[in-house]
Amino acid sequence: MSSTISAPTSSQEPGGAPSGFEADRTSDSLGASARAYVDRVRGGDLGALPAILGIVVLGLLFFALRPETFLTPRNMANLADQAAPIIILAMGLVFILLLGEIDLSAGVVSGVCAAVMAKLLADAGAPWYVAVLAAIVTGVAIGLFTGSLVGMIGIPSFVVTLALFLGWQGFTLRLIGEGGTVPVRDPVISAISDRNLPVTLGWILALLVIALYAALQLNRWRTQRTKGLAHQPLAVVLVRIAVIAAIVLLVTAVLSVDRAPAVGVVLAGIPYAVPLVILLLLLLTFVLGRTSFGRHVYAVGGNAEAARRAGINVTKIRVAVFVIGSTLAAISGIVAAARLGSVAPGSGGGNTLLYAVGAAVIGGTSLFGGRGRVRDAVLGGLVVAIIANGLGLLGTEAYLNFIITGGVLLLAASVDALARRRAAATGH
Amino acid sequence: MSAPTDRPEDGTPTLELRGVNKSFGAIQVLHDVHLKVYPGQVTALVGDNGAGKSTLIKSIAGIHPIDSGDVLFEGRPVTVTGPRDAAALGIEIVYQDLALCDNLDVVQNMFLGRERKTGVVLDEISMEQAARDTLSKLSVRTLKSVRQLVSSLSGGQRQTVAIAKAVLWESKLVVLDEPTAALGVAQTRQVLDLVRRLADTGHAVVFISHNMVDVFEVSDRVAALYLGRMAADIPISQVNRGEVIELITAGRSGNLGIAPAEAAAVEV
Repeated sequence: MSSTISAPTSSQEPGGAPSGFEADRTSDSLGASARAYVDRVRGGDLGALPAILGIVVLGLLFFALRPETFLTPRNMANLADQAAPIIILAMGLVFILLLGEIDLSAGVVSGVCAAVMAKLLADAGAPWYVAVLAAIVTGVAIGLFTGSLVGMIGIPSFVVTLALFLGWQGFTLRLIGEGGTVPVRDPVISAISDRNLPVTLGWILALLVIALYAALQLNRWRTQRTKGLAHQPLAVVLVRIAVIAAIVLLVTAVLSVDRAPAVGVVLAGIPYAVPLVILLLLLLTFVLGRTSFGRHVYAVGGNAEAARRAGINVTKIRVAVFVIGSTLAAISGIVAAARLGSVAPGSGGGNTLLYAVGAAVIGGTSLFGGRGRVRDAVLGGLVVAIIANGLGLLGTEAYLNFIITGGVLLLAASVDALARRRAAATGH
Repeated sequence: MSAPTDRPEDGTPTLELRGVNKSFGAIQVLHDVHLKVYPGQVTALVGDNGAGKSTLIKSIAGIHPIDSGDVLFEGRPVTVTGPRDAAALGIEIVYQDLALCDNLDVVQNMFLGRERKTGVVLDEISMEQAARDTLSKLSVRTLKSVRQLVSSLSGGQRQTVAIAKAVLWESKLVVLDEPTAALGVAQTRQVLDLVRRLADTGHAVVFISHNMVDVFEVSDRVAALYLGRMAADIPISQVNRGEVIELITAGRSGNLGIAPAEAAAVEV
């Protein structure tokens, strides 16, 4: 248990003394906040630190090894396209991991949904929105099925999704046929990864995102301050806004440079996959952080018995996270199909799931449940994509790619387990 | 903080049990139990292991509905068939294992399952203010922040949060299952102060404890269970520590407790 013994003096104060909560009323300086952050990290609450370090270190490493190709605007746009399906799949897994469950079938579910979409487009000649809708409905249905087996029947999610990992692969194989591939040539769907936002629109959106973020942060700070609630120092809020603004502007600037390989053609702008990821990030962050559903997901992940006694329908939450996971898997499958231009029987197999789980865990989502955020998927997904992208540029052999990516996941899981032990020991 | 008072048995008890029986299969756990719990008073519920304390509070909570007997809440006969009935009446139970989520903060835990919302968005401001008000009303001064994660709290602070959570819901009867077990000296002090304050703010409190020092410090009444029978339910001023221990271990003390013949029959 915690080793801190609260000072007994405070409860012995003569009447009339104000109540405690001194930390809520003091507005510390920037330095004090920085020290508090260092304390938190030392206490095992690493937050986004490993992922940010990973992005910086790997970025520098690959820049040093391939200075002429890695940090080019062209490769950065490619990196964004590469990261998008991993990030979206990982976003769904964050919800499932928050309950301490796992979905080993998420990758192949993305394959099944992409196959449904591709077949409808290619064979039935359906319009893109029908095909996309069908893929997403397929994802929802699969999530309901998985969630019911886990939540209502009570089979461990590990076993359910391991069985479905095999089962759904058979389904994709049946849909597409042995050795075949179904092309995805619909212009709207291909645009997700092939087309870019017009440069001006990209800048407008970037500024809009920054303004919105700043307004929300400052407004919250002001409300908390005026109502006398717990709040961070203004300096911390401003630094956070500045960092986010710098990142958004830098990314927009890099992606707005003409990256066409030939002279005379212009290829510039943010790939459509990026605003899609940002939209999902905002939506899902809202759901997890600002709604009672999100609160209940954390509660069930932290202590299912406490949640049950608080009147939360634990079974419903379990089923719901699997539905969310599979729905995002469907979207991830669509984005991946758009990027590759086809769906094959092996789509979503191989290392797809490993990448996504790795992304969530590297980003800071715990495998033990109760701790994680949607942004973890984005940060971790970038780390994983940088590894895949950089190794591709280095031209390493396939066997090495497997070993390195597996090693990175093990490393992330070790950090998670150690941080958890550390947190338990220091009471954070 | 007022000292435990010796009030006469005046007014209507918040909770009154009359002739309550409860069996699990062939085993009768509660025999004809009578109990009165008054508002503004702490009633200590004592008894040896297996005497039926847990069964009794679970019956009050609606987890184990009673087989026969009457339950009166504020003088009205009621039937409690589930935890929701109990909560609707204003009965809150703080179990020994507390049932808090370590990964949520104090406010989030206090409002868990009953979050305040504006539309679909959680109303954090109103929840934080209400949580702070409740904690202040109970004179809880040991928390650094109401936005602290529960995992960072000490055992006494967790108990405090669990009790404050029960109070938040305009509860009339709060049942505390061994709130001071496993706590250190300073933390026990905090929790006992809080138990007393609960009663002083008008709640009817049932306080389960094995520690006679704690019982005599905060209680107004003592109810002793002996092998499923209520040996005594009396103002604490009428007994001393030795007599309570006799009631717990033998079912009777002097002219208090179960009649000798009955006590003998029970022991067989």
